Amino acid sequence: MTAATEAPAVGLTHQGSEDTGLGQRGPESKSIVVPYGFWLFVLSDMVLFSALFASYATLSHATDGGPVTNQLFHRDLVAIETMALLVSSFVCGLAMITAKRANMMWTQAWLLATALLGLVFLSIELYEFASMIGEGAGPQRSAFLSAFFTLVGCHGAHVTCGLLWIGTMMAQIWAKGFQPHIMRRLLCLSVFWHALDIIWVAIFTIVYLIGTLP
Amino acid sequence: MSETDPELINVAPGQPHDSMLTETLSYVIGLGLALVLTGVSFWVASTSVLWGPGVATGLVVLAIAQMGVHLVFFLHITSGPDNTNNVLALAFGVLIVFLVMVGTIWIMAHMNANMGPSPELMNLQMQR
Repeated sequence: MTAATEAPAVGLTHQGSEDTGLGQRGPESKSIVVPYGFWLFVLSDMVLFSALFASYATLSHATDGGPVTNQLFHRDLVAIETMALLVSSFVCGLAMITAKRANMMWTQAWLLATALLGLVFLSIELYEFASMIGEGAGPQRSAFLSAFFTLVGCHGAHVTCGLLWIGTMMAQIWAKGFQPHIMRRLLCLSVFWHALDIIWVAIFTIVYLIGTLP
Repeated sequence: MSETDPELINVAPGQPHDSMLTETLSYVIGLGLALVLTGVSFWVASTSVLWGPGVATGLVVLAIAQMGVHLVFFLHITSGPDNTNNVLALAFGVLIVFLVMVGTIWIMAHMNANMGPSPELMNLQMQR
């Protein structure tokens, strides 16, 4: 009996064939399906951000005589923000490694470090927003500033949600332990947090670096 | 290394299941590469050594490289058979993102050029 002769393909199911990653053993386990569904959400989130990036790129010169990028952005602050978010993403990975081994103390510690670094990032961003609005460069000043606050603010809102989620997961791990469904949520959280860092790479490159080239 | 690592709980088939050291190493390598790419980006953007008009393109290339590093070392996107679905979804996402961004920028730049007021007027409005 060869696998190829009796491989009645039903949809994406290839029964009897060698491992194609297409689930020939019936539905995959929840630990595969749940992260995959969440991955689809994250990708659709990136499509959302691509629309915001496109509108920012289109409007970035429509300053209406108001302040332009070179007067508003400070690269040193952005560098600190970038470091904070990058290290936060790294620490989140460490939390996943310890969580997989059911180490309560280190998982909580790494998750706390992740959240604190995210908080540093968010504080700097809010400080930047506040000082811009204080200088009269609020979102209603020009189309460029509307697009800027929408794009960067949307990322900041995602980080805020991520912080709330981290807090929730710390409480759930503490109360319920490393059960399979808790671990799945934790995995989704880490995917979300890493994805936010990927979007930030695009933001600091397009908005802050290319935007302030001499 | 082995799948019967007694420390591990609840490891899905698609996930890397190595020793703690190799897993941590993956994240450390990712962090190192990301730090280097970020550092180079900030350097490229502020130096005057490089040819000015090429800097923006270089920054975009560096950003895409760093996104790749994040995908591989942090999100563990691999080319393994158990990752096919994730990779296909990613490819579709990248296609849509590319179409939305490039399409918008392309069309809007042409509309600016063809349908706006005369170029002198545009320059006055836009480059103040």
